[in-house]
Amino acid sequence: MEKMPAWADAVLVPLISLLLAAILSALVIIGIGEDPVAAVKLMVQGSLGSTYGWGYTLYYATNFMFTGLAVAVAFHARMFNIGGEGQAMLGGLGVAVVCLYMPWPHWSLALIFATLSSAVFGAAWAFLPAYLQAKRGSHIVITTIMFNFIAAALLNYLLVNVMRPKGSMDPATAKFPETTHLPTLHDILEPFGIAFSKAAPANVSLIVAIIACVAVYFLIWRTRLGYEIRAFGHSESGAKYAGISPVKITVVAMLISGGLAGMMAINNVMGEGERLIMNSTEGAGFIGIAVALMGRSHPFGVFLAAILFGFLYQGGAELALWTTIPRELIVVIQALVILFTGALDNMVRMPLEKLFLIFRKGDA
Amino acid sequence: MDFLTIIQVLDSTVRLATPLLLACLAGLYSERAGIFDIGLEGKMLAAAFFSAAIAAMTGSVWLGLLAGIAASLVLSGVHGLASITFRGNQLISGVAINFLAAGMTVLIAQSWFKQGGRTPSLIGGGRFNPIELPFAETLSTFPILGPIYSELISGHSILVYVAFAAVPATWWLLYRTRFGLRLRAVGENPAAVDTAGVSVVGLRFAAVAICGVLCGIAGAYLATGLQAGFVKEMTAGRGFIALAALIFAKWRPWYALSACLLFGFLQAIALRYQNIDLGAFTVPVQVMDALPYILTVVILAGFVGKAVPPRAGGEPYVKER
Repeated sequence: MEKMPAWADAVLVPLISLLLAAILSALVIIGIGEDPVAAVKLMVQGSLGSTYGWGYTLYYATNFMFTGLAVAVAFHARMFNIGGEGQAMLGGLGVAVVCLYMPWPHWSLALIFATLSSAVFGAAWAFLPAYLQAKRGSHIVITTIMFNFIAAALLNYLLVNVMRPKGSMDPATAKFPETTHLPTLHDILEPFGIAFSKAAPANVSLIVAIIACVAVYFLIWRTRLGYEIRAFGHSESGAKYAGISPVKITVVAMLISGGLAGMMAINNVMGEGERLIMNSTEGAGFIGIAVALMGRSHPFGVFLAAILFGFLYQGGAELALWTTIPRELIVVIQALVILFTGALDNMVRMPLEKLFLIFRKGDA
Repeated sequence: MDFLTIIQVLDSTVRLATPLLLACLAGLYSERAGIFDIGLEGKMLAAAFFSAAIAAMTGSVWLGLLAGIAASLVLSGVHGLASITFRGNQLISGVAINFLAAGMTVLIAQSWFKQGGRTPSLIGGGRFNPIELPFAETLSTFPILGPIYSELISGHSILVYVAFAAVPATWWLLYRTRFGLRLRAVGENPAAVDTAGVSVVGLRFAAVAICGVLCGIAGAYLATGLQAGFVKEMTAGRGFIALAALIFAKWRPWYALSACLLFGFLQAIALRYQNIDLGAFTVPVQVMDALPYILTVVILAGFVGKAVPPRAGGEPYVKER
C-alpha cells in the first residue's frame, strides 16, 4: 500500500521543507538584528515590484533552469552531477569561440550555433567523469568536483594568456560583435505594446530555457532513452537484466546533463556579459542542485524552483543594496533548501507518512 | 635554486600541508566508518571564522581554538543527523554544509564586526605563535643539518606538530585498538558489526565527531596560525584538496601524510613562483593550481594503482526488522 498519495509526495513534502528553510532563514535574519518581515517586503518589491526587478529575476531563473535541468537529468539516472559549475564555464568558452571567431549576419543564427557549441563544450567536460564512472568505477561526485576546479584553472589560463585582447589588463575576452547581441525581453515585448525595462538582462535565452524544460520532459517520460535512464536510475541490476547498457546510459545521461549545464552560457555570457569573463557562472551550477531537489527532478518543478531562486537571488541583491544584510543570506537559504529537501528529506517525510496512515485508518 | 631556497619552499610546504593533513585525517575517520564527507571545506571554514572571531574578542587563541572545534562539531552533528539518523544522502548533506558555512560565516562576520565579512586582524595572544624547539638557535650554524633543524623542523605553531603527531596516532587508533577495528568494520560491513552487538549508529557518530574535531583544528590553524584573521572563503578549496589527498592516499594514514605533503608542496611552489621556466617551455601557474585535482582524477581512474573506497561508504545502514 502506498503510504502517501502522490500529490502529497510531489507538493506537500517540498512545501513543508521550504517552509522549514524559510523559518530558519527568518531566525537567521532576526539573529543578525534585522527585521525579517521588512526584509521579505524589500525582496518582493525589489524582485517582483517592477519590470526591472522581473527582468533580473527571470535572468537568474534562466540560468537556474538550465543548471537545474542538468542536475535533474543526472538524478534520474541516479547520478549526482556536482560538476554543473565547471560544465557551465566550459559552455561559456563554447559561446565565446562561436561569437568571437566566426562572423554572424544575424543574432538568431548566432544563437543557434552558440547554443549547440555551448552544449557540446559542456557535454565534453562531462564526458570524462561519465566515462570513468561507467568504465572504471571512479565516483562521479568526486571526479566532477575535481573537474570544476580544473575548469576554473583552464579558464583562468585561457583568459589571462590566450583570449585576452592585446593591451587589456582585464582577464576577459573582447566584447562580442554587435550581430551576436541577443534581444532582451524589452526588445521582444515592445512590438506587442508591452513596456518592459530596458536595463534588465533577461533575454531571449529564457525562451530557449523553457523549450529545454519541455524537451527534457518529453525526453524523460516520452522516449525510449528516457525510459532507459529512469529504469537505470531505479535499479541498475534490473536495467542490466532488461538489456540496457549501464555504460551507455551513464555516459549519455551525463552528456545530456553536461550539455544542459553548458547551455546556460547563452544566457549569462552571450545574453548578459556579451564577453567571457572570469567567474561568469557565479555559482549557478551549484544552485542547480537546490533547484533540482526542490523541483523533485521534474522539469515543471525545476521551472518553478528556478523562478523561486531567481526571486531569491534578485531579492538578495536588493537587500544587500538597501540594508546591511549581505548577499550571502541567499547562500544560507540555498543551503537550508538543499539540506531540507535533499538530505533531511526523511525528517519531513516520516512524520507525514505516519499522519496519512492515521487518517486512512480513520476513514476505514 | 640554492639550499636556503629549498629549505624555505619546504618550510612553506609544511605550513601549507598542515590544514590539508588535518582535514584529510578528518575525512579518513568519517569515510572509514562509511560516512562520505564532502563537507570538510564547510567545517574548516566555520571553524576558521569562529576561532578567529573568538580569538579577536577574547584575545585568547586557545578559546578561539575551542570555539572553532565547537562550530565544526555542530556542522558534524548536522551531517550525522542527516546521514545517520535520517538516512539521507550524505553527498547532498555535505554540499548543504559547505554552503551553510560559506553563507553563515560572512553573515555573522558582517553582523559582529562590520568589516565586510572579515574579522579584525589578530595580534599577540590571538594567534598561535611559532615555537622555537630547543637549541634551534645554537644549532643553526651547523652546515646542512643546522638550517634543516632550525628553519624547517623548528619554528612552527603548536598545531603543525599536532597535525603531524595525528598521523601515527590515527594509525595506532585505527589498526591497533578495538575501536579502530570496529570503526573500519562499520565502513566495510555494518551488518556484521551490528550482528556482533556493537552499535553502528554510535560508531558512526563517534567517527563523524572525530572528523569534526580535526576539521575544527584545521580551520583554526588557517585563521590563527597560517594567517592572522578570517577572510571570506578563506579555505579556498582546501577541503576538496584534502578530499583529493584522501583518495590519493587510498584512505590510509601514512599515505595521507605523503599525499598532503605533495599537495602542500605544489601549493608552496605555485605561491612562490608564478610561471615555472623549464627552458623549452614554461609551466603556467594555473597548471600547478589544477595539478592536485588532475592527479586525483588519474588515481581515481585507476591508471596508477586502484583507489577502492570503503565498501559501505555512502550507504545509510538500515537495520533489518
